[in-house]
Amino acid sequence: MLQLGVAEPMRECEYSQISTRSSTPMETPYKKRTPKKRKWQAFPGRNKFYCNGRIMMARQTGVFYLTLVLILITSGLFFTFDCPFLSVQLTPAIPVIGGVLFVFVLGTLFRTSFSDPGVLPRATPDEAADLERQIDVANGSSSGYRPPPRTKEVVINGQTVKLKYCFTCKIFRPPRASHCSLCDNCVERFDHHCPWVGNCVGKRNYRFFYMFILSLSFLTIFIFAFVITHVILRSHRQGFLNALKDTPASVLEVVVCFFSVWSIVGLSGFHTYLISSNQTTNEDIKGSWSSKRGKDNYNPYSHGNIFTNCCAALCGPLPPSLIDRRGFVQSDTPQPTPPTNGITMYGSTQSQSHMCVQDQCIQSTKFVLQAAATPLMQSEPVILTDEASLPGRTSLGGPCSGALPLGGQPTPPTSTPNLSCDNGMLPTRNDHSEAHHHFLTPEEAPSPPGMLPCGSPLGHSHTIQGFYNPASQDSLHEDSVRGLVKLSSV
Amino acid sequence: MATEFHNLQELRHSASLANKVFLQRDYSDGTTCRFQTKFPSELESRIERPLFEDTVKRLNTYYAEAEKMGGQSYLEGCLACATAYLIFLCMETRYEKVLKKIGRYIQEQNEKIYAPRGLLITDPIERGMRVIEISIYEDRGSSGSCSGSSSTSGSSAR
Repeated sequence: MLQLGVAEPMRECEYSQISTRSSTPMETPYKKRTPKKRKWQAFPGRNKFYCNGRIMMARQTGVFYLTLVLILITSGLFFTFDCPFLSVQLTPAIPVIGGVLFVFVLGTLFRTSFSDPGVLPRATPDEAADLERQIDVANGSSSGYRPPPRTKEVVINGQTVKLKYCFTCKIFRPPRASHCSLCDNCVERFDHHCPWVGNCVGKRNYRFFYMFILSLSFLTIFIFAFVITHVILRSHRQGFLNALKDTPASVLEVVVCFFSVWSIVGLSGFHTYLISSNQTTNEDIKGSWSSKRGKDNYNPYSHGNIFTNCCAALCGPLPPSLIDRRGFVQSDTPQPTPPTNGITMYGSTQSQSHMCVQDQCIQSTKFVLQAAATPLMQSEPVILTDEASLPGRTSLGGPCSGALPLGGQPTPPTSTPNLSCDNGMLPTRNDHSEAHHHFLTPEEAPSPPGMLPCGSPLGHSHTIQGFYNPASQDSLHEDSVRGLVKLSSV
Repeated sequence: MATEFHNLQELRHSASLANKVFLQRDYSDGTTCRFQTKFPSELESRIERPLFEDTVKRLNTYYAEAEKMGGQSYLEGCLACATAYLIFLCMETRYEKVLKKIGRYIQEQNEKIYAPRGLLITDPIERGMRVIEISIYEDRGSSGSCSGSSSTSGSSAR
C-alpha cells in the first residue's frame, strides 16, 4: 500500500494504537479476545482442517478433487449406461459387485485423505531446550563456526540406523520417520506424499492407501472388462460403429480405464512388494536395505516372512492420532516451539486473514523491535541455513518444482515418491534439505496475506527466497527486513 | 514431606517448577514404543532408583501390550476392515483401551509415589509419545531448596 519510508506508516499505526488498542497488551492482542481455541487452529504444520478438526488434509487438494471427479464420472457413466444393458443380458450381479467395489474405493479414499497420517507433534520449548543442551554437551560447545550435523546412531536388530535431528520440529526423528516438506510435518513411517489423495501416506493411513489402490485396480479392471463386453455384445447385433453411436459414454470410460490400469495396477504391485518386504517407498528409493549396499545389509524391521509382514502392515494395531486436533488449547500447556528468529507463533498466522490492518501494523512493528533487541548470536540453525541456503535451494529446486507437474499425469510407480521432496534427496544432501526446511518455514510463516498466496505450489516459495537476499548472513538484518517489508505492504 | 501434598492440584499450586527431566525413547527394538530406563542424575536425591525403574518398566510393558501383534489384534483389524471401520464408532481400539489404562496407572503413580516427593510424571501421549516428562517441583515455602538450581547446573556441567 505505502511504498514510502517506514516512518509514515509507523506513525499512523502508533496513533491508532493509542486510540483503540491502549488497553490490550502488544503481545497477543488477538488471542485474548477469542474464546478457547481448538488445537487444530493453532497447528504449526501446513495442513488444512475441515469439520472443526475432524478432517485433515494437505494444503494442495486440487489433484485430490481430480481423482474424485474421475472416479465418480467413470463409475457414474458405467452405472448409468452400461449396467442396464449388462444386467439384462448377462447377470444383475454385475452392478451389485460394481457398486460394492465403488463404495469400497470411495470409503478407503476418504479414509486415506482425511485421516492423520501419523504426524509427530513438535517438541515443546522445554523438550527442545533439553535436547539442545544434550547435543551441545555431546558435540562440545562451539566446535568451529559451523555446527556439526545432528545425528544419533542406534542399533536395531543388528543394523546401525542413523536418527536425524529435525530442525523444524526440534526432535530426533524416530526410525522410518521423515519430514514432509509439503505438509511441513514429521510423519511416522513416512511412505510418500501423495497428491492424488491430497495427504501424506504414513503409519496411520498406509493400509487405507493400499486398500484404496488395490480396490481401485479391481474397479478399473472390472469397468474396463465389462464396458468392452458391452460394446462387443452390441456390435454382434448392430455392427461396431452403430454400437459406438448408441453408447458414446463407453468410449470415454475405456480411454480413462485404459490409462488408469497401467499406472494403478503397477502401483498396487509395487506396494504389494513393499508390504511383503516391510519397506517404505522412501527406503526403497534410497536403497537403504538393498543387498547392493553391503553383504550384511538387511532390513531390520522385517518380520522374516511375507505373511507376517502383510498381516502387520494391514491388520496390525492402529495407533491413535498423536496431535489431538479437537482438544482445546490450554493456556498453561507449553505450546510447540515456534521457529527461531523471534517470529510469532504459527497460531497467529492462521488468524492473519482475519487480522485487521492495525493488528498487522502492531505485528510488523513488533518484528522490527524484536529484531533490534535480539542478540546477534542467534541459534545455530540460522547460520546453517544461510550457509546452505544457496546450494540447498538449487538442489531441491529440481524434484520439488517438478513434483506438481509430475503429479498431473498418471505416473509409473517409481516416480510417485519424487512427489515428496524428502524422498528425492540423496543421502549426502540431507543436511541441506533439513536446513532448507527450516529456511522455508520462517519465510512463509509471518507473511501477510497479500504476499504469499495460500494456494501457491512449492515452486513459488523458491522464488521468494530470492526476494530475501541470501547474501545477508545476519539474522538480525533478516528480521528487520521482514518486519519492514510487512509494514510497507500494509 | 509426604504429608505436605495431599493431591496433585495442591502440588501444582503450592510448589514452583524447578526443572524438567526428559526420558527419551529407546529405539533399539525397532519402532515399537519403549522408553529408556536410564536413571537421570537429577532425580538421584528425590526418588529411589528401584521405584523409578519399576514405573518405567511397567509403562514399557503396557506399551508393548498395546502394540503386540497377536491373534486378537489381527481379528480386530479384519473385523474393522469388514465393517469399513464403522465399528470404531461403537467400540474403541485395543490401543486406545491400553492408553486409558496407562493414563490411570500414571495418575495412580503420581498420587502415591511421585507427588509426595515433589515430582510429577506427564503422560507421554501428551508429548507425542516422544518422551516421559518428569517435572521437579520445589516447595515455595521451604528455605533450603537448592537442589533445583544445583540440578540444572549439574546437568549443564555434565
